[in-house]
Amino acid sequence: MAATQEEIVAGLADIVNEIAGIPVEDVQLDKSFTDDLDVDSLSMVEVVVAAEERFDVKIPDEDVKNLKTVGDATDYILKHQG
Amino acid sequence: MSSTNRTVVVTGIGATTPLGGDAASTWEGLVAGRSGVKPLEQEWAAEQAVRIAAPVAVEPTEVIPRPQARRLDRSAQFALIAAQEAWKDAGFEAKAGEDSSVDPDRLGAVIASGIGGVTTLLDQYDVLKEKGVRRVSPHTVPMLMPNSPSANVGLAVGARAGVHTPVSACASGAEAIGYAIEMIRTGRADIVVAGGTEAAIHPLPIAAFGNMMAMSKNNDDPQGASRPYDVARDGFVLGEGAGVIVLESAEHAAKRGARVYAEAVGQGISADSHDIVQPEPEGRGISHALQNLLERTDLDPAEIVHVNAHATSTPAGDIAELKALRKVFGDDADHMAVSATKSMTGHLLGGAGGVETVATVLALYHRVAPPTINIENLDPEAEANADVVRGEARKLPVEGRIAALNDSFGFGGHNVVLAFRTV
Repeated sequence: MAATQEEIVAGLADIVNEIAGIPVEDVQLDKSFTDDLDVDSLSMVEVVVAAEERFDVKIPDEDVKNLKTVGDATDYILKHQG
Repeated sequence: MSSTNRTVVVTGIGATTPLGGDAASTWEGLVAGRSGVKPLEQEWAAEQAVRIAAPVAVEPTEVIPRPQARRLDRSAQFALIAAQEAWKDAGFEAKAGEDSSVDPDRLGAVIASGIGGVTTLLDQYDVLKEKGVRRVSPHTVPMLMPNSPSANVGLAVGARAGVHTPVSACASGAEAIGYAIEMIRTGRADIVVAGGTEAAIHPLPIAAFGNMMAMSKNNDDPQGASRPYDVARDGFVLGEGAGVIVLESAEHAAKRGARVYAEAVGQGISADSHDIVQPEPEGRGISHALQNLLERTDLDPAEIVHVNAHATSTPAGDIAELKALRKVFGDDADHMAVSATKSMTGHLLGGAGGVETVATVLALYHRVAPPTINIENLDPEAEANADVVRGEARKLPVEGRIAALNDSFGFGGHNVVLAFRTV
């Protein structure tokens, strides 16, 4: 069953917490991964791989650069999840 | 003072070892004659011929925040913990630049390990095989590269004068400190954070060292297994951890009023050119390193009262070193209290030179030589060549200038001798 927007944000919050140590409540739709959440380019790869697994979605490398904010990633997953 | 022959001193000390999570608890354990060796309880250990090791007393993930720890190999975690302790111990409050008493352009870092990020390499290979290409961590390369501990310590303290990683197996940590002394002596830097680290308690290195017949298989008596100079010694016990010191030009240390533990007098270096793993049995290469030390420094053998020996508890290596000390120093060897601290910490490979330098410097500072434990029957060849500190710590002369050596030798025939003395 496809995840809701709320479930995706919560899932991304868990992933970002695990990888960057940011409190889950700070992971909001308008937050930038690099500027607000301490996710650098290498850690972004980890976030993407963890999200792919969790939400059964493929995020090709060329699309990763467009995922600047938690909202960008959430919309992408909503649209592409299997 | 000539800019190419400056006096170098030790102003900070840090360690995380099988005996304690910092230099003070490590020193306390050494003086008390405590063993850090334990049975390996991991599932993989059951099928190993060697089922003992000396793990660190404090897990690094209890000290380093998780997001930072998960992108550092265990060897770099150890190095960072020891370096941060040493940095603070030297009196610095922040990284170079932020702490205005340190110019980043005059600060270096030289941290070495013998094997590098071996657990990262092997763990990620397991991930590749079990979960596929996509799951291999993007942090793998910066974690496993042998210069990772050095680079991460350099980043933490803000070092811009140069960050280096000499690799010479079990002599690596000592070679790093020797390199750092030269950086300051020749004027390349005013301060260098230097030491050794190792994290190799993993089934592959243990199987490999075990098959070389290099490790003790005394699984029934873990705490008694590492027994340098005992007639029944049967190989080393693998330890892990790091030892790091802050080296500084005497002038720079004096200017900022730093506490000085000891002078780093210099180093002697040689290579055996004998065998890829076997030590030259008469200690010729080691003698050469000791002579090199005397030629390159103003060290007076009459002042040397203590030697932290390499002594790993292997049948051949332990005696070759003592023969070399006797050959080079003659009767002066009579007043050198020889301690094999690996009897307590196990052998930290590339970390050994770092941890044992910490032990050597603290031995001078406190004027106490730690013991060699587990000697039930002293090898007659050890007794004939050296004054081994057995069983209990021994006081060193309370007055006058005294000096001490830290020996480290590595597979490949690398010999490094470091000399320190009181100020």
